Amino acid sequence: MMSMDPRTTAIGISKHLFLILGGIVMLLPFLWMVNTSLQQGGLSNYVEAWTKVPFGRYFLNTLLVTLLTVAGVLVTASLAAYSFATMKYRGRNFLFLLFLSTMMVPQPVYLAPSYVILAKLGWINTYMALIIPWTTNVFSIFLFRQHFKTIPTTLYEAAVLDGCGRLKYLWKVVLPLSKPVIVTVILFNIIGSWNSFMWPLVVTHSENLRVLQVGLSYFNQEQSSNFELLMAASTFSTIPLVILFLFVQKRIVASYSRSGIKD
Amino acid sequence: MRAKLAPYFYILPALIIVLVFRTLPILSSFTASFTDYDIGGFHGFVGFANYARMLSDARFWQSVLNTVFFVLGVVPAGLLIPLFLAMLLRRKLAGKSFYRTIYFLPVVTSAVAISVVWTWLYNPEAGPINQIITALGGEPLLWLREPRGIFEMMLSPLGIHPKGVLAGPSLALVSLMMVSVWKSTGYNTVLFLAGLENIDETYYEAARLDGAAAWGTFRHITWPLLSPTTYYVLIMSTIVSFKTFALVYVMTPPPGGGPLGTTNVMVFYLFQKAFDRFDIGYASAISVFLFLILLSLTIVQRRIAGRRVYYS
Repeated sequence: MMSMDPRTTAIGISKHLFLILGGIVMLLPFLWMVNTSLQQGGLSNYVEAWTKVPFGRYFLNTLLVTLLTVAGVLVTASLAAYSFATMKYRGRNFLFLLFLSTMMVPQPVYLAPSYVILAKLGWINTYMALIIPWTTNVFSIFLFRQHFKTIPTTLYEAAVLDGCGRLKYLWKVVLPLSKPVIVTVILFNIIGSWNSFMWPLVVTHSENLRVLQVGLSYFNQEQSSNFELLMAASTFSTIPLVILFLFVQKRIVASYSRSGIKD
Repeated sequence: MRAKLAPYFYILPALIIVLVFRTLPILSSFTASFTDYDIGGFHGFVGFANYARMLSDARFWQSVLNTVFFVLGVVPAGLLIPLFLAMLLRRKLAGKSFYRTIYFLPVVTSAVAISVVWTWLYNPEAGPINQIITALGGEPLLWLREPRGIFEMMLSPLGIHPKGVLAGPSLALVSLMMVSVWKSTGYNTVLFLAGLENIDETYYEAARLDGAAAWGTFRHITWPLLSPTTYYVLIMSTIVSFKTFALVYVMTPPPGGGPLGTTNVMVFYLFQKAFDRFDIGYASAISVFLFLILLSLTIVQRRIAGRRVYYS
């Protein structure tokens, strides 16, 4: 298709014109953000924003919550998915439907009762509230299960003959064969956890427990006219995920597009 | 015995979390909607009182209307723009992954940070958008602080003054809608790209042999074969639009929900009822209403799509 037909060339050029225009619209807010953050004082805006409120603390909180959440999801989701995909037991289909049905209900719908439950557990304003409820993820279970089902059972039979137990088989055979799904689950949960806002806003009150998004939102209310500082804070809050994205963008895009195709 | 119980041990950790932090609160929101649970705790069942209160609560209906405006604006735009971009990006194209990276950037960025940035861009006094408009000789706008409906704003120079619903969503709400479309465009584009790449190339070869025109090829091959993806994007963006919270909360902060409450959407309103007033019973009734809308929309979309969607 390397034709020099002027019509094809014109179409090619106009394609790029549209795409570049779209790209500018996508990129411009980020460029304005960085540009404004460097006005009147330059890099010192970053120092001032960072020290005005304990953003370091917010970062550590977010990091802790994200790490423990992702670790929890990997363990609980792979175990549950392994049983759904490879074992036969009473109530299996019912339980799977029960899990899936929770995906049908958006989080805001059950936010208020969740708060009451956390209050009864005495977990309001604790790390427990930020972490424990998110240490499993039904969509991740679904992704794991779909993949585990594609692993031939003959492998399992051979392994059992070698004296391999079920848990060992999951660890030694199934998980090493599931690296792309594991990466997808990790990336989804990192992004979800890092960016989550409504939940931490509701279940924590003290400044010590603020995660980055909640801290940034309060900072925005307190400094509502101090745009240089606000843009500096927005920049350092977005940078970790932007770097992660630029490093593994193929993986992330592939994960998102795969998640869209239901079978 | 041990072997029979073993599967349950694998599922147990996930099951406990799902039961305590998903199923239980979901079911509780239904029961709580029939109680007057408030800051002082549970007082008793009140039947449909919370629902009756909803019917006569003007602020609630305002939030419903705002949500409907939001969904009707964001969903079609969030479908057509990404579809167009995906059509441009499909097949071999120089710089394809570069474009894709840029379009995807807003998707992975947090809604809070994006909202802080856009609040600045929209700032009426010093924000870049108004500066550009003024430089081009136009009238600066109030953006997030403008309560007037956009149809009213567009038609009033002509001497027409639409009122109420006909005035349309406020410019403040439309400003939020544009950010929402901007943020989701990359994700929907990637979904459409995946859908397009799944279409068998032989269909297009056959069309080319038949001498089909570009529009005919789109109309008779691409559009029908893409319909499962379109349907998925439609459902997902409807649900996401109904759930909008962070954008509203950060860009038009409480109390109020924007100028004259014109960006007060349902989730924002139920959030305020639940956590500013701690009116759990009433907030739960709103949650149930929200859930029933989403459920019926999904069913209706499935009915309509069931006839139209082409599954290969």
